[in-house]
Amino acid sequence: MVRKVIEIKNLIHRYNSSQDGIVIEALKGVDLHVAKGEFLAVIGHNGSGKSTLAKHLNALLLPHEGSVTINGLDTRKKEDTWAIRQQVGMVFQNPDNQLVAATVEEDTAFGPENLGIEPVEIRRLVDDSLERVGLSSFHKRAPHLLSGGQKQRVAIAGIIAMRPNVLVLDEPTAMLDPTGRKEVMATVSALNKEEGLTVVHITHFMEEAVFADRVVVMSEGLIAMEGTPREIFSRVEEIKRLRLDVPQIAELNGCLAKEGLLLPPGILTLEEMVVALCQ
Amino acid sequence: MLKDITIGQYVPGISFIHRLDPRTKIVAVFLYMAALFASGDSTGYLVVTVFTISMVFLSKVPWLMIIKGIRPLWIILVLTMGLHLFLTQGDIIWQMGFVKITQQGLRQGVFMTLRLVYLVTITSLLTLTTTPIALTDGIESVLKALFVPVAHELAMMMTIALRFIPTLIEETEKIMKAQMARGADFDSGGIVSRAKSLIPLLVPLFLSSFRRADELAMAMEARCYRGGENRTRMKQLQMTGLDYMAFIIVFVLLIVCIIIRFWM
Repeated sequence: MVRKVIEIKNLIHRYNSSQDGIVIEALKGVDLHVAKGEFLAVIGHNGSGKSTLAKHLNALLLPHEGSVTINGLDTRKKEDTWAIRQQVGMVFQNPDNQLVAATVEEDTAFGPENLGIEPVEIRRLVDDSLERVGLSSFHKRAPHLLSGGQKQRVAIAGIIAMRPNVLVLDEPTAMLDPTGRKEVMATVSALNKEEGLTVVHITHFMEEAVFADRVVVMSEGLIAMEGTPREIFSRVEEIKRLRLDVPQIAELNGCLAKEGLLLPPGILTLEEMVVALCQ
Repeated sequence: MLKDITIGQYVPGISFIHRLDPRTKIVAVFLYMAALFASGDSTGYLVVTVFTISMVFLSKVPWLMIIKGIRPLWIILVLTMGLHLFLTQGDIIWQMGFVKITQQGLRQGVFMTLRLVYLVTITSLLTLTTTPIALTDGIESVLKALFVPVAHELAMMMTIALRFIPTLIEETEKIMKAQMARGADFDSGGIVSRAKSLIPLLVPLFLSSFRRADELAMAMEARCYRGGENRTRMKQLQMTGLDYMAFIIVFVLLIVCIIIRFWM
């Protein structure tokens, strides 16, 4: 059996609206498992509860009902909070607001320093992490002199220096240009494929969900669809009803099918489309 | 325009003073201040002057940088000089109407002004030869050694400030341009209307800073930050032979100044 790193059972989270005292249910009973080494993409429109879900994964938010278990540790237990945060690293949307120190290497060292690791070992972890995100030559640079994609890679380096089991990315590419987006996705993919790091990638770019092993579509605080990218994106109509886009190629495939040209479902990339059309 | 603001004023170099541990430099500045305040006569001042000038030479920092540091103080310097010169009682050496200059006043005025100039020279030498990051580390460990309870928090605040000043400057420029595009005028009018025109700049800047602070706090917590307890540092400050030598030199200066003051 595959080992489950993350187990979420009937998770409910409520926000109290400060203005008129209305209670908003952001998560209305989510059940989700993530296997070790899996690349899971969570997509959904704004307000679908996907960021709230992310914050539950490392105990930044605690369940009002239900439970979140990380490698057997319950997030509701106060004494396990730091162990959970070490295991589940989190990269946020705004690259500027998550870098702490005035140089790249100092920032990468921030997490390990918090864990109380020996200085010599921190040095090794920092050099290693910066190498893995391809920023070794930038180690003395000030963060504000980096591009958006580079900043996000520094943030990722700062997380993997803590030796986590899971990398949670909460819309890490939302504020980046296309080049930066590609950089970040390549880094994340490599960490997942080559080192077996479990990745939970929250995004509203459908093109990024194509990289995943499994896609979860959130809507109104619930999981609306779940499956491999091919399964999900061949259900074009359903996705559109959830106010989401499908990747361009998948949409083209849907249109062709409507016109009577039936290609195999689940075509996601340009290359696959070309191959299918030439047959 | 705003981009030209530099944080700190570090002048890169590899001189003896540049290579000293930041802790050494901070403690040395305090010992130097003690020596400076201990000296009260011309012999003492001669020693301190020779020391100060040789330190600036040793650091290879351009004199212009030092003078730049002193220049903003000119009002205070003139005031100090003037007050001592004209208001000290004693043997009159020059008089015109009720304005008179005494020998003691001249002496006091020159000494006091020199004291201020040297104080600024040596403290700017500290910031000119130490990177802001090293300075923060130095301050943290000096405060810790003095058992100041908030040493870590203070250092963390300085680190974050260093990290965010450039980001906030960038943001200020962006907001300024956005407001100018909407017809805001930051450069004309009297002092009151200029101050008023800053409101549409400051309000969004404050708002966004609070939002940043909030997000940063969350990111820090997500990275297991829980204050200074059990926290280690990657960079360990290391004292070398140079540092011990520097300590000896400054101690000798202090002792010489004390001897001159009390036994000569």
